[in-house]
Amino acid sequence: MKATNGNISPKKPASTQKDEVVIHAKGIKVGFVDNEVLKNITFDLKRGENMVVLGKSGSGKSVTIQCIVGLLKPDAGDLTVFGQNVAEMNDDELKQLRMKIGFLFQSGALYDSMTVRENLEFPLTRVLKLNDQQEIDKRVEEVLDGVGLLDAIDKLPSDLSGGMRKRVGLARTLIVKPEIMLYDEPTTGLDPITSREISELILNMQKKYKTSSIIITHDMECARITADRIVVMDDGEYIAEGSYKELQKSDNKMVRSFFNETT
Amino acid sequence: MAEQAITGWRKWAEDIGEQCVFFARFFRNIFTGSFEWSEFVRQCYEIGYRSMMLVGITSFIMGLVLVVQLRPSIVALGAESMLPKTLTVSFIREIGPVITAIICAGKIASSIGAELGSMKVTEQIDAMEVSGANPLQYLVVTRILATSLMVPLLAVIGDVIGLFGGFLALNITDNISLPLYFHKCIASLDFSDFLPAVVKTIFFGFAIGFVGCYKGYHSNKGTESVGIAANSAVVTASLWIFVIDAIAVQITSLLFYK
Repeated sequence: MKATNGNISPKKPASTQKDEVVIHAKGIKVGFVDNEVLKNITFDLKRGENMVVLGKSGSGKSVTIQCIVGLLKPDAGDLTVFGQNVAEMNDDELKQLRMKIGFLFQSGALYDSMTVRENLEFPLTRVLKLNDQQEIDKRVEEVLDGVGLLDAIDKLPSDLSGGMRKRVGLARTLIVKPEIMLYDEPTTGLDPITSREISELILNMQKKYKTSSIIITHDMECARITADRIVVMDDGEYIAEGSYKELQKSDNKMVRSFFNETT
Repeated sequence: MAEQAITGWRKWAEDIGEQCVFFARFFRNIFTGSFEWSEFVRQCYEIGYRSMMLVGITSFIMGLVLVVQLRPSIVALGAESMLPKTLTVSFIREIGPVITAIICAGKIASSIGAELGSMKVTEQIDAMEVSGANPLQYLVVTRILATSLMVPLLAVIGDVIGLFGGFLALNITDNISLPLYFHKCIASLDFSDFLPAVVKTIFFGFAIGFVGCYKGYHSNKGTESVGIAANSAVVTASLWIFVIDAIAVQITSLLFYK
Protein backbone atom coordinates (compact mmCIF):
# COMPACT_ATOMS: atom_id res chain seq x y z
CA MET A 1 0.00 0.00 0.00
CA LYS A 2 1.54 3.27 -0.98
CA ALA A 3 0.87 6.54 0.76
CA THR A 4 0.16 9.45 -1.50
CA ASN A 5 0.95 13.08 -0.94
CA GLY A 6 -1.40 14.41 1.70
CA ASN A 7 -3.74 11.50 1.37
CA ILE A 8 -3.16 8.22 3.11
CA SER A 9 -5.00 5.17 2.03
CA PRO A 10 -6.26 3.18 4.99
CA LYS A 11 -3.89 0.39 5.88
CA LYS A 12 -5.79 -2.77 5.27
CA PRO A 13 -4.02 -6.06 4.91
CA ALA A 14 -3.65 -7.16 1.32
CA SER A 15 -5.25 -10.39 2.32
CA THR A 16 -7.24 -10.89 5.47
CA GLN A 17 -6.46 -14.60 5.67
CA LYS A 18 -5.17 -15.29 9.16
CA ASP A 19 -2.70 -17.90 7.96
CA GLU A 20 -1.10 -15.60 5.43
CA VAL A 21 2.67 -15.60 5.87
CA VAL A 22 4.03 -12.05 5.97
CA ILE A 23 7.68 -12.94 6.64
CA HIS A 24 9.27 -16.11 5.34
CA ALA A 25 12.88 -16.90 6.21
CA LYS A 26 14.62 -20.03 4.99
CA GLY A 27 18.22 -21.02 5.69
CA ILE A 28 19.39 -17.51 6.62
CA LYS A 29 23.10 -17.22 7.28
CA VAL A 30 24.91 -14.05 8.35
CA GLY A 31 28.57 -13.76 9.27
CA PHE A 32 30.93 -10.97 10.31
CA VAL A 33 34.58 -11.60 9.41
CA ASP A 34 35.26 -15.05 10.95
CA ASN A 35 32.19 -15.13 13.16
CA GLU A 36 29.01 -16.77 11.87
CA VAL A 37 26.21 -14.98 13.73
CA LEU A 38 23.18 -16.64 12.12
CA LYS A 39 23.38 -20.29 11.06
CA ASN A 40 20.54 -21.63 8.99
CA ILE A 41 17.62 -19.67 10.46
CA THR A 42 14.19 -20.70 9.18
CA PHE A 43 10.84 -19.31 10.32
CA ASP A 44 7.49 -17.96 9.14
CA LEU A 45 5.56 -15.07 10.66
CA LYS A 46 1.84 -15.13 10.05
CA ARG A 47 -0.44 -12.12 9.82
CA GLY A 48 -1.60 -10.88 13.22
CA GLU A 49 0.84 -13.15 15.06
CA ASN A 50 3.16 -12.13 17.90
CA MET A 51 6.37 -14.14 17.69
CA VAL A 52 8.87 -13.75 20.51
CA VAL A 53 12.53 -14.61 19.93
CA LEU A 54 14.25 -15.52 23.17
CA GLY A 55 17.98 -15.90 23.50
CA LYS A 56 21.10 -14.91 25.38
CA SER A 57 22.89 -11.66 24.52
CA GLY A 58 25.00 -12.16 21.40
CA SER A 59 22.99 -15.12 20.15
CA GLY A 60 22.04 -13.26 16.94
CA LYS A 61 18.49 -12.16 17.78
CA SER A 62 18.85 -8.53 16.70
CA VAL A 63 20.69 -9.51 13.52
CA THR A 64 17.60 -11.43 12.42
CA ILE A 65 15.34 -8.37 12.52
CA GLN A 66 18.02 -6.13 11.02
CA CYS A 67 17.99 -8.46 8.00
CA ILE A 68 14.21 -8.11 7.72
CA VAL A 69 14.40 -4.31 7.26
CA GLY A 70 17.44 -4.54 4.99
CA LEU A 71 19.94 -3.00 7.42
CA LEU A 72 21.98 -6.19 6.95
CA LYS A 73 22.07 -8.55 4.01
CA PRO A 74 22.10 -12.30 4.59
CA ASP A 75 25.12 -14.17 3.19
CA ALA A 76 22.85 -17.08 2.24
CA GLY A 77 19.21 -18.12 2.34
CA ASP A 78 15.89 -16.62 1.30
CA LEU A 79 14.19 -13.86 3.22
CA THR A 80 10.89 -12.65 1.82
CA VAL A 81 8.61 -10.01 3.33
CA PHE A 82 5.13 -9.73 1.80
CA GLY A 83 6.39 -12.11 -0.88
CA GLN A 84 9.32 -9.88 -1.93
CA ASN A 85 12.93 -10.96 -1.51
CA VAL A 86 14.59 -8.31 0.69
CA ALA A 87 18.13 -8.97 -0.56
CA GLU A 88 17.11 -8.31 -4.17
CA MET A 89 15.31 -5.02 -3.51
CA ASN A 90 16.60 -1.71 -4.83
CA ASP A 91 16.54 1.47 -2.70
CA ASP A 92 13.02 2.49 -3.74
CA GLU A 93 11.56 -0.97 -3.13
CA LEU A 94 13.29 -1.10 0.24
CA LYS A 95 11.84 2.28 1.13
CA GLN A 96 8.33 1.10 0.20
CA LEU A 97 8.83 -2.03 2.30
CA ARG A 98 10.13 -0.07 5.28
CA MET A 99 6.99 2.06 5.22
CA LYS A 100 5.06 -1.09 6.12
CA ILE A 101 7.42 -2.11 8.93
CA GLY A 102 7.82 -0.45 12.31
CA PHE A 103 11.10 -0.95 14.17
CA LEU A 104 11.38 -0.14 17.86
CA PHE A 105 15.03 0.13 18.83
CA GLN A 106 16.35 -0.95 22.21
CA SER A 107 17.09 2.65 23.21
CA GLY A 108 13.96 4.10 21.58
CA ALA A 109 16.33 5.96 19.19
CA LEU A 110 14.44 9.25 19.52
CA TYR A 111 15.92 12.17 17.57
CA ASP A 112 17.37 14.09 20.48
CA SER A 113 17.39 17.52 18.83
CA MET A 114 13.61 17.33 18.29
CA THR A 115 10.70 17.51 20.72
CA VAL A 116 8.33 14.56 21.11
CA ARG A 117 5.89 16.26 18.72
CA GLU A 118 8.62 16.77 16.09
CA ASN A 119 9.80 13.19 16.52
CA LEU A 120 6.30 11.97 15.73
CA GLU A 121 5.78 14.43 12.90
CA PHE A 122 9.02 13.36 11.23
CA PRO A 123 7.78 10.09 9.66
CA LEU A 124 4.46 11.73 8.70
CA THR A 125 6.06 14.60 6.81
CA ARG A 126 9.16 12.84 5.49
CA VAL A 127 7.87 9.35 4.79
CA LEU A 128 4.13 9.69 4.19
CA LYS A 129 4.61 13.25 2.85
CA LEU A 130 1.59 14.59 4.72
CA ASN A 131 1.07 18.35 4.37
CA ASP A 132 -2.18 18.90 6.22
CA GLN A 133 -1.15 20.21 9.66
CA GLN A 134 -4.57 19.41 11.16
CA GLU A 135 -4.30 15.80 10.04
CA ILE A 136 -0.72 15.64 11.38
CA ASP A 137 -1.72 17.09 14.77
CA LYS A 138 -4.67 14.72 14.99
CA ARG A 139 -2.51 11.68 14.32
CA VAL A 140 0.24 12.79 16.71
CA GLU A 141 -2.21 13.42 19.54
CA GLU A 142 -4.11 10.21 18.91
CA VAL A 143 -1.04 7.98 18.97
CA LEU A 144 0.51 9.79 21.96
CA ASP A 145 -2.74 9.40 23.83
CA GLY A 146 -2.60 5.70 23.00
CA VAL A 147 0.74 5.33 24.77
CA GLY A 148 -0.39 7.62 27.61
CA LEU A 149 2.07 10.44 26.98
CA LEU A 150 -0.01 13.30 25.62
CA ASP A 151 1.35 15.55 28.39
CA ALA A 152 4.90 15.07 27.14
CA ILE A 153 4.18 16.33 23.63
CA ASP A 154 6.45 19.38 23.82
CA LYS A 155 9.23 17.80 25.85
CA LEU A 156 12.67 16.91 24.56
CA PRO A 157 13.83 13.26 24.75
CA SER A 158 16.43 14.29 27.34
CA ASP A 159 13.56 15.25 29.69
CA LEU A 160 11.98 11.78 29.47
CA SER A 161 12.64 8.63 31.51
CA GLY A 162 13.73 5.37 29.84
CA GLY A 163 10.19 3.97 29.89
CA MET A 164 8.73 7.17 28.46
CA ARG A 165 11.30 7.16 25.65
CA LYS A 166 10.30 3.62 24.72
CA ARG A 167 6.64 4.65 24.70
CA VAL A 168 7.40 7.61 22.45
CA GLY A 169 9.55 5.36 20.25
CA LEU A 170 6.63 2.96 20.01
CA ALA A 171 4.26 5.82 19.17
CA ARG A 172 6.64 7.02 16.45
CA THR A 173 6.69 3.62 14.78
CA LEU A 174 2.93 3.11 15.10
CA ILE A 175 2.03 6.54 13.72
CA VAL A 176 2.59 5.35 10.14
CA LYS A 177 0.32 2.36 10.80
CA PRO A 178 2.78 -0.42 9.96
CA GLU A 179 1.66 -3.93 9.14
CA ILE A 180 4.65 -5.54 10.85
CA MET A 181 6.28 -4.43 14.10
CA LEU A 182 9.81 -5.43 15.08
CA TYR A 183 10.77 -4.85 18.71
CA ASP A 184 14.44 -5.00 19.68
CA GLU A 185 14.54 -5.78 23.41
CA PRO A 186 11.69 -3.41 24.32
CA THR A 187 11.96 -3.91 28.08
CA THR A 188 15.73 -3.95 28.55
CA GLY A 189 16.97 -1.50 31.17
CA LEU A 190 13.54 -0.90 32.67
CA ASP A 191 12.27 -1.70 36.16
CA PRO A 192 9.84 -4.65 36.46
CA ILE A 193 6.74 -2.45 36.75
CA THR A 194 7.60 -0.34 33.69
CA SER A 195 8.63 -3.48 31.79
CA ARG A 196 5.23 -4.97 32.43
CA GLU A 197 3.52 -1.74 31.35
CA ILE A 198 5.52 -1.74 28.11
CA SER A 199 4.72 -5.41 27.48
CA GLU A 200 1.01 -4.79 28.00
CA LEU A 201 1.21 -1.73 25.78
CA ILE A 202 2.79 -3.85 23.02
CA LEU A 203 -0.06 -6.32 23.31
CA ASN A 204 -2.71 -3.59 23.33
CA MET A 205 -1.16 -1.83 20.35
CA GLN A 206 -0.95 -5.11 18.45
CA LYS A 207 -4.67 -5.65 19.03
CA LYS A 208 -5.56 -2.06 18.17
CA TYR A 209 -3.45 -1.77 15.00
CA LYS A 210 -3.67 -5.49 14.08
CA THR A 211 0.04 -5.78 13.40
CA SER A 212 2.19 -8.89 13.10
CA SER A 213 5.14 -8.64 15.48
CA ILE A 214 8.54 -10.08 16.18
CA ILE A 215 9.67 -9.30 19.71
CA ILE A 216 13.33 -9.84 20.52
CA THR A 217 13.81 -10.21 24.24
CA HIS A 218 15.34 -12.12 27.10
CA ASP A 219 12.67 -10.89 29.49
CA MET A 220 10.45 -13.89 30.31
CA GLU A 221 7.63 -11.72 31.67
CA CYS A 222 7.53 -9.79 28.39
CA ALA A 223 7.51 -13.11 26.50
CA ARG A 224 4.69 -14.48 28.65
CA ILE A 225 2.50 -11.41 28.17
CA THR A 226 3.07 -10.78 24.47
CA ALA A 227 3.83 -14.12 22.79
CA ASP A 228 1.53 -16.21 20.62
CA ARG A 229 4.58 -18.28 19.79
CA ILE A 230 8.12 -18.34 21.16
CA VAL A 231 11.30 -19.44 19.42
CA VAL A 232 14.45 -19.89 21.47
CA MET A 233 17.78 -19.04 19.91
CA ASP A 234 21.25 -20.13 20.89
CA ASP A 235 24.53 -19.48 19.10
CA GLY A 236 22.86 -18.35 15.87
CA GLU A 237 20.35 -21.20 15.65
CA TYR A 238 16.74 -21.79 16.65
CA ILE A 239 16.74 -24.60 19.18
CA ALA A 240 13.12 -24.73 20.29
CA GLU A 241 9.70 -23.43 19.31
CA GLY A 242 6.26 -23.43 20.89
CA SER A 243 3.84 -21.56 23.09
CA TYR A 244 4.90 -20.28 26.52
CA LYS A 245 3.19 -23.23 28.22
CA GLU A 246 4.69 -25.77 25.84
CA LEU A 247 8.21 -24.46 26.30
CA GLN A 248 7.81 -24.47 30.08
CA LYS A 249 7.76 -28.28 29.82
CA SER A 250 10.76 -28.47 27.47
CA ASP A 251 13.65 -30.81 28.24
CA ASN A 252 16.17 -28.64 26.45
CA LYS A 253 18.77 -27.33 28.90
CA MET A 254 18.94 -23.83 27.43
CA VAL A 255 15.14 -23.49 27.33
CA ARG A 256 14.85 -24.74 30.87
CA SER A 257 17.45 -22.26 32.07
CA PHE A 258 15.28 -19.41 30.72
CA PHE A 259 12.11 -20.68 32.37
CA ASN A 260 13.77 -21.68 35.64
CA GLU A 261 14.80 -18.07 36.16
CA THR A 262 11.17 -17.06 36.42
CA THR A 263 9.85 -19.94 38.47
CA MET B 1 55.28 -6.34 9.61
CA ALA B 2 54.65 -6.47 5.85
CA GLU B 3 51.22 -7.94 6.52
CA GLN B 4 50.38 -5.02 8.83
CA ALA B 5 51.50 -2.55 6.18
CA ILE B 6 49.35 -4.28 3.57
CA THR B 7 46.35 -4.27 5.92
CA GLY B 8 46.93 -0.58 6.61
CA TRP B 9 47.08 0.29 2.92
CA ARG B 10 44.01 -1.85 2.23
CA LYS B 11 42.06 -0.02 4.94
CA TRP B 12 43.21 3.32 3.55
CA ALA B 13 42.13 2.32 0.04
CA GLU B 14 38.77 1.10 1.38
CA ASP B 15 38.31 4.41 3.18
CA ILE B 16 39.03 6.37 0.00
CA GLY B 17 36.52 4.17 -1.84
CA GLU B 18 33.90 4.74 0.84
CA GLN B 19 34.48 8.49 0.66
CA CYS B 20 33.94 8.39 -3.12
CA VAL B 21 30.70 6.44 -2.66
CA PHE B 22 29.61 8.88 0.07
CA PHE B 23 30.38 11.82 -2.22
CA ALA B 24 28.36 10.24 -5.06
CA ARG B 25 25.43 9.56 -2.71
CA PHE B 26 25.58 13.14 -1.40
CA PHE B 27 25.61 14.52 -4.93
CA ARG B 28 22.72 12.31 -6.05
CA ASN B 29 20.67 13.31 -3.01
CA ILE B 30 21.01 17.03 -3.79
CA PHE B 31 18.97 16.53 -6.92
CA THR B 32 16.59 13.74 -5.89
CA GLY B 33 13.74 13.98 -3.43
CA SER B 34 12.50 17.08 -1.67
CA PHE B 35 15.05 19.48 -0.27
CA GLU B 36 14.98 19.94 3.52
CA TRP B 37 14.75 23.74 3.57
CA SER B 38 13.89 24.11 7.25
CA GLU B 39 16.82 21.94 8.33
CA PHE B 40 19.12 23.77 5.89
CA VAL B 41 18.13 27.15 7.37
CA ARG B 42 18.60 25.78 10.90
CA GLN B 43 22.07 24.53 9.97
CA CYS B 44 22.97 27.89 8.38
CA TYR B 45 22.02 29.54 11.67
CA GLU B 46 23.95 26.99 13.77
CA ILE B 47 27.00 27.04 11.51
CA GLY B 48 27.02 30.66 10.41
CA TYR B 49 25.53 32.83 13.11
CA ARG B 50 26.92 30.83 16.02
CA SER B 51 30.46 30.92 14.63
CA MET B 52 30.41 34.62 13.84
CA MET B 53 31.65 35.79 17.24
CA LEU B 54 34.59 33.37 17.25
CA VAL B 55 35.59 34.22 13.67
CA GLY B 56 35.16 37.95 14.39
CA ILE B 57 37.36 37.97 17.50
CA THR B 58 40.06 35.84 15.86
CA SER B 59 40.11 37.95 12.70
CA PHE B 60 40.22 41.19 14.69
CA ILE B 61 43.21 39.98 16.67
CA MET B 62 44.92 38.66 13.54
CA GLY B 63 44.50 42.02 11.78
CA LEU B 64 45.81 43.88 14.81
CA VAL B 65 48.79 41.57 15.33
CA LEU B 66 49.66 41.56 11.65
CA VAL B 67 49.99 45.36 11.57
CA VAL B 68 52.03 45.40 14.78
CA GLN B 69 54.37 42.75 13.32
CA LEU B 70 54.59 44.27 9.83
CA ARG B 71 55.08 47.87 10.84
CA PRO B 72 58.78 47.83 11.84
CA SER B 73 59.85 46.17 8.57
CA ILE B 74 57.65 48.43 6.43
CA VAL B 75 58.85 51.55 8.28
CA ALA B 76 62.48 50.42 7.81
CA LEU B 77 61.81 50.25 4.08
CA GLY B 78 60.26 53.71 4.17
CA ALA B 79 56.98 52.41 2.83
CA GLU B 80 54.75 53.23 5.78
CA SER B 81 51.95 54.40 3.53
CA MET B 82 51.87 50.92 2.00
CA LEU B 83 50.83 49.32 5.29
CA PRO B 84 47.04 49.36 4.65
CA LYS B 85 47.59 47.90 1.18
CA THR B 86 49.92 45.16 2.45
CA LEU B 87 47.51 44.25 5.20
CA THR B 88 44.48 44.24 2.89
CA VAL B 89 46.01 42.11 0.16
CA SER B 90 47.51 39.57 2.55
CA PHE B 91 44.34 39.42 4.62
CA ILE B 92 41.84 39.17 1.77
CA ARG B 93 43.88 36.78 -0.37
CA GLU B 94 45.21 34.39 2.23
CA ILE B 95 45.08 35.04 5.96
CA GLY B 96 41.37 35.78 6.30
CA PRO B 97 40.06 32.75 4.36
CA VAL B 98 42.55 30.30 5.89
CA ILE B 99 42.11 31.52 9.47
CA THR B 100 38.31 31.45 9.11
CA ALA B 101 38.42 27.97 7.60
CA ILE B 102 40.72 26.61 10.32
CA ILE B 103 38.49 28.10 13.02
CA CYS B 104 35.45 26.54 11.31
CA ALA B 105 37.22 23.19 10.96
CA GLY B 106 37.79 23.20 14.72
CA LYS B 107 34.31 24.32 15.62
CA ILE B 108 32.02 23.04 12.87
CA ALA B 109 33.66 19.86 11.55
CA SER B 110 34.11 18.56 15.11
CA SER B 111 30.56 19.45 16.04
CA ILE B 112 29.09 17.77 12.94
CA GLY B 113 31.33 14.72 13.44
CA ALA B 114 30.32 14.41 17.09
CA GLU B 115 26.62 15.03 16.40
CA LEU B 116 26.30 12.47 13.62
CA GLY B 117 28.61 10.06 15.46
CA SER B 118 26.40 10.24 18.52
CA MET B 119 23.29 9.78 16.34
CA LYS B 120 24.93 6.68 14.88
CA VAL B 121 25.79 5.29 18.32
CA THR B 122 22.27 5.86 19.65
CA GLU B 123 20.76 4.27 16.50
CA GLN B 124 19.01 7.50 15.45
CA ILE B 125 20.42 7.25 11.92
CA ASP B 126 19.32 3.60 11.69
CA ALA B 127 15.88 4.64 12.99
CA MET B 128 15.58 7.23 10.21
CA GLU B 129 16.67 4.69 7.62
CA VAL B 130 14.30 1.91 8.70
CA SER B 131 11.39 4.34 8.89
CA GLY B 132 11.79 4.93 5.15
CA ALA B 133 13.11 8.48 5.57
CA ASN B 134 16.36 9.50 3.91
CA PRO B 135 19.00 10.34 6.55
CA LEU B 136 21.46 11.48 3.88
CA GLN B 137 19.04 14.09 2.60
CA TYR B 138 18.10 15.31 6.05
CA LEU B 139 21.45 15.16 7.83
CA VAL B 140 24.21 15.24 5.25
CA VAL B 141 23.03 17.31 2.28
CA THR B 142 21.78 20.14 4.50
CA ARG B 143 24.97 20.30 6.55
CA ILE B 144 27.39 20.20 3.63
CA LEU B 145 25.48 22.84 1.68
CA ALA B 146 25.19 25.00 4.80
CA THR B 147 28.95 24.91 5.42
CA SER B 148 29.62 25.59 1.71
CA LEU B 149 27.46 28.71 1.96
CA MET B 150 28.33 29.92 5.45
CA VAL B 151 32.13 29.58 5.46
CA PRO B 152 32.56 32.07 2.55
CA LEU B 153 30.20 34.49 4.29
CA LEU B 154 32.10 34.12 7.54
CA ALA B 155 35.38 34.65 5.69
CA VAL B 156 34.10 37.92 4.17
CA ILE B 157 32.86 39.12 7.57
CA GLY B 158 36.20 38.02 9.10
CA ASP B 159 38.09 40.00 6.44
CA VAL B 160 36.21 43.20 7.25
CA ILE B 161 36.66 42.75 11.01
CA GLY B 162 40.35 41.91 10.49
CA LEU B 163 40.81 45.19 8.63
CA PHE B 164 39.21 46.99 11.57
CA GLY B 165 41.77 45.28 13.83
CA GLY B 166 44.50 46.54 11.51
CA PHE B 167 43.07 50.05 11.70
CA LEU B 168 43.15 49.98 15.50
CA ALA B 169 46.82 48.93 15.53
CA LEU B 170 47.70 51.52 12.92
CA ASN B 171 45.80 54.27 14.70
CA ILE B 172 47.76 53.77 17.91
CA THR B 173 51.03 54.82 16.25
CA ASP B 174 49.89 56.76 13.18
CA ASN B 175 47.14 59.28 13.07
CA ILE B 176 44.98 57.96 10.24
CA SER B 177 41.23 58.43 9.93
CA LEU B 178 38.90 55.47 9.40
CA PRO B 179 37.56 56.71 6.01
CA LEU B 180 41.10 57.31 4.72
CA TYR B 181 42.25 53.91 5.99
CA PHE B 182 39.37 52.08 4.30
CA HIS B 183 39.78 54.18 1.16
CA LYS B 184 43.39 52.97 0.98
CA CYS B 185 42.35 49.39 1.71
CA ILE B 186 39.67 49.27 -0.99
CA ALA B 187 41.77 51.16 -3.55
CA SER B 188 44.49 48.54 -3.20
CA LEU B 189 42.10 45.68 -3.98
CA ASP B 190 41.59 44.11 -7.37
CA PHE B 191 38.81 41.83 -8.50
CA SER B 192 41.51 39.14 -8.77
CA ASP B 193 42.27 39.51 -5.06
CA PHE B 194 38.71 39.06 -3.93
CA LEU B 195 37.09 36.50 -6.26
CA PRO B 196 39.60 33.59 -6.00
CA ALA B 197 39.64 34.03 -2.22
CA VAL B 198 35.85 33.73 -2.02
CA VAL B 199 35.79 30.78 -4.42
CA LYS B 200 38.35 28.86 -2.41
CA THR B 201 36.38 29.41 0.81
CA ILE B 202 33.42 27.65 -0.85
CA PHE B 203 35.70 24.62 -1.26
CA PHE B 204 36.97 25.03 2.32
CA GLY B 205 33.35 25.03 3.51
CA PHE B 206 32.54 21.99 1.43
CA ALA B 207 35.56 20.11 2.80
CA ILE B 208 34.61 21.00 6.40
CA GLY B 209 31.02 19.82 5.95
CA PHE B 210 31.91 16.74 3.95
CA VAL B 211 34.63 15.53 6.31
CA GLY B 212 32.50 16.21 9.40
CA CYS B 213 29.53 14.34 7.92
CA TYR B 214 31.61 11.45 6.59
CA LYS B 215 33.47 10.89 9.86
CA GLY B 216 30.28 11.09 11.93
CA TYR B 217 28.16 9.01 9.58
CA HIS B 218 30.77 6.25 9.38
CA SER B 219 31.77 6.17 13.04
CA ASN B 220 31.70 2.82 14.81
CA LYS B 221 29.11 1.92 17.38
CA GLY B 222 30.50 2.83 20.79
CA THR B 223 30.80 6.00 22.84
CA GLU B 224 34.55 6.15 22.19
CA SER B 225 33.80 6.43 18.45
CA VAL B 226 32.09 9.80 18.95
CA GLY B 227 35.31 11.34 20.25
CA ILE B 228 37.33 9.65 17.51
CA ALA B 229 34.92 10.94 14.84
CA ALA B 230 35.09 14.51 16.16
CA ASN B 231 38.87 14.48 16.48
CA SER B 232 39.43 12.84 13.13
CA ALA B 233 37.04 15.33 11.48
CA VAL B 234 39.06 18.32 12.74
CA VAL B 235 42.43 16.85 11.73
CA THR B 236 41.28 15.72 8.27
CA ALA B 237 39.35 18.92 7.53
CA SER B 238 42.33 21.09 8.56
CA LEU B 239 44.62 19.05 6.33
CA TRP B 240 42.20 19.38 3.42
CA ILE B 241 42.06 23.16 3.91
CA PHE B 242 45.82 23.44 3.37
CA VAL B 243 45.75 21.06 0.40
CA ILE B 244 42.90 23.02 -1.23
CA ASP B 245 44.69 26.29 -0.43
CA ALA B 246 47.90 25.07 -2.12
CA ILE B 247 45.96 24.02 -5.22
CA ALA B 248 43.91 27.25 -5.25
CA VAL B 249 47.03 29.42 -5.01
CA GLN B 250 48.58 27.61 -7.98
CA ILE B 251 45.44 27.98 -10.08
CA THR B 252 45.00 31.64 -9.08
CA SER B 253 48.64 32.40 -9.94
CA LEU B 254 48.23 30.83 -13.35
CA LEU B 255 44.99 32.64 -14.09
CA PHE B 256 45.52 36.09 -12.56
CA TYR B 257 49.14 36.83 -11.65
CA LYS B 258 51.13 35.72 -14.69
